[in-house]
Amino acid sequence: MIFGLTVAFVLVAMVTVAGAMGAAVMRNVVHCALSLTVTFAGLAILFLQLDAQFAGFAQVLVYVGAVAILVVFAILLTRGVGTSLIYVFSKQWTLGLGIAAAVFALLGWAVLKSFPVSGPVAASEVTVKDIGAALMNQYVLPLEITAVLLTVAMIGAVIVAMPEKKVKEGEQ
Amino acid sequence: MTPLAAYLLLAALIFAIGLAIALTRRVAILVLIGIELMLNAANLNLIAFWRFGPHPEALTGMMFAIFSIAVAAAEAAVGLGLVIAYYRHRKTTDLDAMTRMKG
Repeated sequence: MIFGLTVAFVLVAMVTVAGAMGAAVMRNVVHCALSLTVTFAGLAILFLQLDAQFAGFAQVLVYVGAVAILVVFAILLTRGVGTSLIYVFSKQWTLGLGIAAAVFALLGWAVLKSFPVSGPVAASEVTVKDIGAALMNQYVLPLEITAVLLTVAMIGAVIVAMPEKKVKEGEQ
Repeated sequence: MTPLAAYLLLAALIFAIGLAIALTRRVAILVLIGIELMLNAANLNLIAFWRFGPHPEALTGMMFAIFSIAVAAAEAAVGLGLVIAYYRHRKTTDLDAMTRMKG
């Protein structure tokens, strides 16, 4: 126990923050994406530690699987002559860092000054079956809206990224 | 320190790092990565409040997190599609060089 926290939490939190810091400071963009994958995996482990099995495995499937691959593909597709490794940070990077530090200070102050939750809560027995029943009964409308949103986003991404063949053929 | 406060502090730190990435980087894809990190920190908050809240059996925080993951995946797909489309026109993903997005 370290400061009243379990050793597993401290270790996973350190790995997660280290991955995020690596993504923030590394100069090679591909290394940033791989470091970000470590952060996503650490967050999945934190979800599992919080007894949220479904969210943890959804995190592994969506982020460690799909989003990381998507980011690496996008980096490799857009790696051109214009990206120099020397100027990876913007000109106003000190201002951005100051804003981020101020936001963290405010959030940390709010967390530490707030009232603690009364007593430790026992682990709840929530299975994937309960989540499925809730999704099909109480949350069926948000589920359908999410399905429509995902379809629209997929079609929109394909249309945006599709090469404009018809215009070029017409010009030729 | 209570476990809830520890999780909230960790989420705040990840959010701040994501904000720093989004504000200091010049590559457009890395800005998207920062936004993804901020969304993930919010998910961690939701799950922690669900776990240590008074009514975990209500599943509200869990549902918020699951829908948030789905929306974040859609956002990543559209954002990276936009970056690829911009690169096809201008051959750059440098945000300081992205002065216009029309045509």
